[in-house]
Amino acid sequence: MTVITGDHPAERPTGPTGVPGLRILTGGVTRLWLVALLVGCWEIIARIKQDAYFPPPSTIVRVFHELWFSGPATHLFLTDKALDDFQPSFVNLSCGWALAAVVGLALGVLLGRSRVAREILDPVLQFGRAIPPPTLIPFFIVVFDFGAQMQISTIAFGVIWPVLLNTADGVRTVEKLQLETAEVFGITGATRLLRITLPAAAPKIFAGLRVSLGFALVLMVISELIGSTTGIGAHLISSQQGMELPEMWAGIVLLGILGCLFNAVFALVERRFLSWHSNAHGLDS
Amino acid sequence: MTNRARIVRGTIGVAGVVAVAELVSRAGFADTSLPPASSVLLRAAEFFGDTEFLTAVGSTLEAWILGLLLATVVAVAVGIALSTTPWLNRATRVLVEFMRPIPSVALIPLAIVSFSSITESKVSLVFYSACWPILINTLYALRDVDPLAKETLRSFGFGKAAILLRVSVPSAAPFVATGVRISAAVGLVVVVSFELVAGNGEGIGGYLLQTQSGGGRPDLMLAGAIWAGMLGALINVGLVALERRTFRWHAVRTEASA
Amino acid sequence: MLEVENLTHAYGDAPPVVSGIDLEVKPGELVSIVGPSGCGKSTLLRCIAGLQAPTGGRVRLDGKPVDRVPGNLAVVFQDYSRSLFPWMSVRDNVALPLRRRGMNRAQRQENALKALESVGLPGAAAKYPWQLSGGMQQRVAIARALAYGPKFLIMDEPFGSVDAQTREDLEDLVLRVRGNSGMTILLVTHDIDESVYVGDRVVVLSKGPARVRADLSVELPTARDQITTRELPEFVHLRAEVGRLVRGREAADEPKS
Repeated sequence: MTVITGDHPAERPTGPTGVPGLRILTGGVTRLWLVALLVGCWEIIARIKQDAYFPPPSTIVRVFHELWFSGPATHLFLTDKALDDFQPSFVNLSCGWALAAVVGLALGVLLGRSRVAREILDPVLQFGRAIPPPTLIPFFIVVFDFGAQMQISTIAFGVIWPVLLNTADGVRTVEKLQLETAEVFGITGATRLLRITLPAAAPKIFAGLRVSLGFALVLMVISELIGSTTGIGAHLISSQQGMELPEMWAGIVLLGILGCLFNAVFALVERRFLSWHSNAHGLDS
Repeated sequence: MTNRARIVRGTIGVAGVVAVAELVSRAGFADTSLPPASSVLLRAAEFFGDTEFLTAVGSTLEAWILGLLLATVVAVAVGIALSTTPWLNRATRVLVEFMRPIPSVALIPLAIVSFSSITESKVSLVFYSACWPILINTLYALRDVDPLAKETLRSFGFGKAAILLRVSVPSAAPFVATGVRISAAVGLVVVVSFELVAGNGEGIGGYLLQTQSGGGRPDLMLAGAIWAGMLGALINVGLVALERRTFRWHAVRTEASA
Repeated sequence: MLEVENLTHAYGDAPPVVSGIDLEVKPGELVSIVGPSGCGKSTLLRCIAGLQAPTGGRVRLDGKPVDRVPGNLAVVFQDYSRSLFPWMSVRDNVALPLRRRGMNRAQRQENALKALESVGLPGAAAKYPWQLSGGMQQRVAIARALAYGPKFLIMDEPFGSVDAQTREDLEDLVLRVRGNSGMTILLVTHDIDESVYVGDRVVVLSKGPARVRADLSVELPTARDQITTRELPEFVHLRAEVGRLVRGREAADEPKS
């Protein structure tokens, strides 16, 4: 085995004959052939075996389209079912996440600023973070009954921890020199918080917000699986109970797409607000 | 500040939160369904002698640990295989990026219909959800291994396998361990979720679901949640301690650079 | 302007790093403080600036005791990359402290641009600090201090992290700024040449704990030039004297510690 060529042969420039269009094409092929192969195999095997539990991808895509995206153009092609399913899910998700973000940020700043507060609350927070949020769903159902309030509480309780702990850590580890500079130039109070402390902690805060958004989607689904008759999770469980397997698969695909979409949108927002961070550190090293 | 002051402060915090919860429920500010903290703690303590509950805990633990172990073995092996074969790595990256964001709880209905036994479904679900953090951490850690360390061995005439074994795997191990810790938390959420949806009374989730029937016993529900939290915290503390012991060189290095 | 009396500072139970320092700076003076690396210069400065309360002695600025950072004092730190805020543009970095001066937004921006022009960076306002070279970043930090309009400026190893050519340019910039504004400046450095070149007076510190070893007045013409000033016999002589004080003391201390 030769040592030098073993490294990354695929990433080497293709030389003078490498037309850009062709390179994108070959790049696409080297990235996508496996996905295409797997989907193709699945399609063929599912058609031959006629297994009710694993419908072919083409059927899933067709059902996916029929269920939610075959509506009139005036409704952005969304069907009535799409509006019924998406709306409660989105409302609960955004309310729960926003609530956790606001409370987590505020508490995190307090904890980051005060060492005593941090040490007093540390065991409580570590324990709160360790409780799997779904175990509280039965309790929330007793307190709030089935419905949006219960779901929002579950999501908010579950996703507050990454925001809170990351904010506290970010605020605690702001560069001492940055705070001293602020002190020298008389930047105090709200100005210091908004212009110095929060921007300095922003990379960690954003990381916390990103983790909590992904987790909010998980808790949205689980709270709908257990305690709701509306929303995407309720669609999943009812199609499973009705043995409508293609509909269930379509729901899984939908949630996967949502997960990807959230990731992508958040990455865009992050790049917009934290460009200074990656750039400053890229040049430093 | 000394360690003792920390412990004292932490104890004050815990006692304070318990006292406030007790007062809130006794004073009747909130809904009457909020049980006093003292009775919740008492129930949680009584669980130690409750065989029905302990069986439920055992069932949850079994699926959780089994799934986590399987995921660790498979994800680390796949991670090493992928990072040593770049063409396969490129092709799987798209797959990973598509499959990772699927909320694993969305697969609960699928797991219910696909497997005949509940334990099988639980283990598979934990396995699936625990794979991703470990795989991702393994891939990134192996990619970021110091090339200088690899080249040092190469210059002494070591082959690829030796480099993998002596440089890549040891320097990636701490990050893989972090992935296992993340997966442990995710796995506990997933297994309890599954039990809540389809446990048939099995596991902590199934037990919690049963306490709901017949008017509901909020004190038992919260005591169950406390147990679940304790399990999660204990496993986390255990894994952190294990990481510290095993990767002392790593802790020293990262603390020095910080 | 500045009076330091018997200033002493110790961290915890450790032996003092600064011990019994007396120092007086008159209005308009540029005093350089020179001493071996790690001799406690930074601690001394932080106590003078009010960033740290000394364990003993007194610091007075304009007759008033310094217990927190006074409003008529500014500091230029050595580590510009951390002292400038990377999430703000250069203009906002310079303008931010002017809030304390009760200026509105337009006035703040205008003053910031003026200050940037005076340090030779008229085109950098919209850039971010990390897009500039080290020397340019330190110019921004100087512009920020200038715009703030303090009467007393402290510079802590301001040119310790830039290359030699940039360092000479920045030394001349400080001299020019001082000539234009009449600010009182206290400049700390470990570079013997620099302490003589920029200073009206050179205060030599000894190491562990920092004490005033000598206080020498620099008898050089006010208008200085990197080439001609450095070849004057007075410069060469003074430089050697400061060098002997810094090095000699250090060598004499070593066997003891």
